[in-house]
Amino acid sequence: MDKTHDNKAWFLVIPVFVIVAFSAIIPLMTVVNYSLQDIFGPNERYFVGTEWFREVLNDSRLHGALYRQLLFSGLVLLIEVPLGVAIALAMPPRGWTASLCLVLLAIPLLIPWNVIGTIWIIFTRPDIGLLGRTINGLGIPFDHTAAPLDAWVTVMLMEVWHWTPLVALLAYAGLRAIPEAYYQAARIDGASAWAVFKYIQLPKMRGVLTIAILLRFMDSFLIYAEPFVLTGGGPGNSTTFLSIYLVKQAVGQFDLGPAAAFSIIYFLIVLLFSWVFYQVLQRVGTGDK
Amino acid sequence: MEAFEWMAWTGPSATFFAVIFAILVGMTVWDLRSPSVPRRGFLPLETTRGDRLFIGLLGSAYVNLLWIGVTTLSPWYSLAMAVVLLALVMRYG
Repeated sequence: MDKTHDNKAWFLVIPVFVIVAFSAIIPLMTVVNYSLQDIFGPNERYFVGTEWFREVLNDSRLHGALYRQLLFSGLVLLIEVPLGVAIALAMPPRGWTASLCLVLLAIPLLIPWNVIGTIWIIFTRPDIGLLGRTINGLGIPFDHTAAPLDAWVTVMLMEVWHWTPLVALLAYAGLRAIPEAYYQAARIDGASAWAVFKYIQLPKMRGVLTIAILLRFMDSFLIYAEPFVLTGGGPGNSTTFLSIYLVKQAVGQFDLGPAAAFSIIYFLIVLLFSWVFYQVLQRVGTGDK
Repeated sequence: MEAFEWMAWTGPSATFFAVIFAILVGMTVWDLRSPSVPRRGFLPLETTRGDRLFIGLLGSAYVNLLWIGVTTLSPWYSLAMAVVLLALVMRYG
């Protein structure tokens, strides 16, 4: 049988592999080693087998954090992807207004993540915050430090404000890459705006939307700094997502063994979801099943 | 070996990674000698050998986690099931 690929090209990947080995694979191996031991100090540790995995898998607080995390990431994708695509479609195709839109969209992406949390703490404070005081002024009680629903609304608003521009910028790049000939053909056929979106724009944006969905899923699933600064995981545990719970366990309580087991389970969940999304998105619009 | 002391190695984890590494090297050599052609088996998607290895290993990890999470029986049983799953996915997936 003839070769289907020139496999020698894979050797060019070696530099990347070396960098990834030092930045990801070796640390991950260390985490696996930690997950099998009870660590008391640098030279004092005891092999415990799968004990930490058993403990972590039966931890009801972890289950709670996982459900909250899944809900959060699901909402993030449901809101940010359609909204980002809608913004990209509404943006002017060229000219100075397009440049202005791009700059405005990029602003939230340039702000450090912990600063984002601080901005939203002040913005939503019921006593001095513009949003918090306005909502309370309308007669709707709103306090993200006391009411779980308000905390969720605030975290979601912050997340959508912070990251929808990324989806919009990617979708915009995808839209701009569509040759004019497709639109001309659609006009000749008398296609409606919806048909143009469904049969030209959406399929042509598949690549960038795949990246957008994967990035937003992984980032939102690993979110830490913004909700930690904004709510600290509260009120109660209502916004304690997986990363916040993990850091509490690893840094706060210095339970390195259970935290390592938790990290591996966390990694496997992200890996599974990312792979499933990737596979599904690769097949959308191609006729494959 | 002192250079790797900070990684807190244990016998089982070293064996685990050695096996994974050996599989990856073996699969690379196999693919260089006879490149994999995508095909469709019982999995609902077209896969290459590498895809099936990934699916098999990820599935094996979940089998082990499920076993540890719901039973108190020895993890050797789940390891045996994971090996069977990996072999089935590689051969018929």
